Amino acid sequence: MPNQTRNILIVGVGGQGTLLTSRIIAQVVVQMGYDVKVSEIHGMAQRGGSVVSQVRYGEKIYSPIIKKGDADVLLAFEKLEAARWLDYLKPGGKVIINNDRVDPLPVMTGKAKYPQDIDQKIAALVPDTTIVDATAIAIECGNVKAANVVLVGMLSGAMGIPAEEVEKAIATMVPAKALEVNLKAFREGEKLFAAMVG
Amino acid sequence: MKRLMIGNEAIARGAYEAGATVATAYPGTPSTEIVSSFAEFPGVYAEWSPNEKVALEVGIGASIGGARTLVAMKHVGVNVAADPLYTFAYTGVNGGLVLISADDPGMHSSQNEQDNRGYARFAKLPVLEPADSQEAKDYTRLGFELSERFDTPVMLRVTTRLSHSQTLVETGEREEAGVKEYKKNAVKFVMLPGHARLRHVEVEKRMLALKEFADETELNRIEWGDRSLGVITSGVAYQYVKEAMPDISILKLGFTNPLPERLIRSFAGQVDRLVVVEELEPVIEEQVKAWGIKVEGKDIFTLLGEYSPEMIEERLAGRDTAAGFGLDKEIPGRPPLLCPGCPHRGVFYTLHRMRLTVTGDIGCYTLGALPPLDGMDSCICMGASIGTVMGMEKARGQDFARKSVAVIGDSTFVHSGITGLIDIVYNQGTSTVLILDNDTTAMTGHQDHPATGRTITAQTTSKLDLVALCKAVGIEHVRVVDPLKLDELRQALTEELERREPSVIICKRPCALIVKEPPQQKYYVDAELCKGCKICIRIGCTGMYWLDKEKLAVINPNNCITCGLCPQVCTFDAVKIVEG
Repeated sequence: MPNQTRNILIVGVGGQGTLLTSRIIAQVVVQMGYDVKVSEIHGMAQRGGSVVSQVRYGEKIYSPIIKKGDADVLLAFEKLEAARWLDYLKPGGKVIINNDRVDPLPVMTGKAKYPQDIDQKIAALVPDTTIVDATAIAIECGNVKAANVVLVGMLSGAMGIPAEEVEKAIATMVPAKALEVNLKAFREGEKLFAAMVG
Repeated sequence: MKRLMIGNEAIARGAYEAGATVATAYPGTPSTEIVSSFAEFPGVYAEWSPNEKVALEVGIGASIGGARTLVAMKHVGVNVAADPLYTFAYTGVNGGLVLISADDPGMHSSQNEQDNRGYARFAKLPVLEPADSQEAKDYTRLGFELSERFDTPVMLRVTTRLSHSQTLVETGEREEAGVKEYKKNAVKFVMLPGHARLRHVEVEKRMLALKEFADETELNRIEWGDRSLGVITSGVAYQYVKEAMPDISILKLGFTNPLPERLIRSFAGQVDRLVVVEELEPVIEEQVKAWGIKVEGKDIFTLLGEYSPEMIEERLAGRDTAAGFGLDKEIPGRPPLLCPGCPHRGVFYTLHRMRLTVTGDIGCYTLGALPPLDGMDSCICMGASIGTVMGMEKARGQDFARKSVAVIGDSTFVHSGITGLIDIVYNQGTSTVLILDNDTTAMTGHQDHPATGRTITAQTTSKLDLVALCKAVGIEHVRVVDPLKLDELRQALTEELERREPSVIICKRPCALIVKEPPQQKYYVDAELCKGCKICIRIGCTGMYWLDKEKLAVINPNNCITCGLCPQVCTFDAVKIVEG
């Protein structure tokens, strides 16, 4: 068990399933015997707003929220949100971006532009950036809604969390009829992470 | 084994372990999950009350009747319940009563960020402030004991960051507290002036006893470290201080009203520099200052919003926090917006097009105020829309009422809109009120209410008939329309606004998130027919997006639920159903 605290920031757009992802990861690290704190967003922001879940684990955790510049991993369900929260990443940290674009209201109404090649700009700033099309993988696995579990696979790979622990947690947290699709999505995510890191 | 729980779930667990048998609430972020979690325990009674005042009154009755009782609400809900609360502080309890005030620093989902510790001082209530889920459970349980021991309602004050953070909790066994004997005691519970004068004496005695308790309890404790800096803190701010500056001396307060004066004086005397770290109001700081103790607080920390570990580092240790990558400058904001298929979208699109003055209310539909729908002029508090539209008519005359409406949700109307409607009838207003009936309390996560006909445990119950209710209070013109049928809605509005009599239009369609059936059809935009006018983009739906280069609107099939709104607004008939 590493002594130092690990910090995971999971960001996205309300409705994308960030809450389930953070809850799965949190359950896994509880199983592994860590102290854990998770901060969630409920209420108004869930209606299509910018949302963030924060998972912190280690020997002893005080704050439920991550300090700016202290996240080991930034997992973004959407590209713009990755950019919005990038300052929370620690030097040498890892960014995983789902290659999805959801236009926020100011962009929809023409008041602002969706920044061009934002994922490439992030990759230029952070060497350890991985861009993945989790939505496409989830559709291949049989359900577009499993995209968040593909990202769980990427994340657990990044954090060095054993797959069997994650599978155990998924089994307790998703409905039985959706289990097979979710496990498949998780394994695809993990495989993909391994392949990308080489 | 320890289990992860959000603070709200831990509070429910604490009440269950204390043997509470009754819990009441009106849903409100960040408090909602407290009583919905409690309702899942066996052998207890829980209810969604129509509003917080009723929730507390039912709670008071349950307490007088001898049951340990949990009442939960968000900070602004305590405003609604304040009337019974102040006097209940005089009568005291029979069965213990713990009132949860869930405050929202930073206004994640609220219209203000009032600090309800102020209420506790004003009403003379003891206050418990947990700093994580374990404490939330333990303090709730203890709250019932203190309530009975000191004969007072107890306030447990939490904040969003505690309510919605998961931390590990070791659970305990339920204590079967049972229901205490009920004996009539009019001098204690009938607050005639003669009785109330006697009770006020008891309240002041109780405050002195509680002050002694505050100095003795382990809920208030010193964690000694480097004595060049001593911090007094409570709630989640304690965690931020520990995270940022683990080596300093900390006086952690878990019991914050009344404050432990002896303990604070002793702590102050043993550190070189004393600072209070508390979110929002300087409640602790001002009392410490009043005792003549030199202390810093709001001169270095803000009155606004949430704190964070990096803020503590900056203000107390003078450390620079991360400079960042500078990408954030080009990032457009992402405010929340109405869901694809939301029935409210049809309403606000129409109100905006008709250029009406709209007094609004609290709920998902408050988002109709944002561009591009831009369909609201005011929103103050639960139920305010109806009184506000009436006041505007009285200020500006009946002709103004011909182009103004009040908009209020079904749950909010039942909460506190009905009396406003009675005022319009009684005092001869002529305004039109729109009740947006989506068959749920949507914003807080889909709770039932009296007009859904289902209880907190999804049991079928008597269903409040909104049409009959409006007619009963004297509204002669009540009609029901589908808000996603734009022609029907517009015609109803035109006719009712013309009338120099009060009227109600019920816009009835279930929340898009509670409709289970998947859409039967899919839409696409016919690129040949689309003229690029962007009118469909101006309904603000994420089921649709705009291709700038092609000058073309496109349906996003992952988001669109085929609600039928965009084909109605398209002048060129370009939104088509996918064949086959």
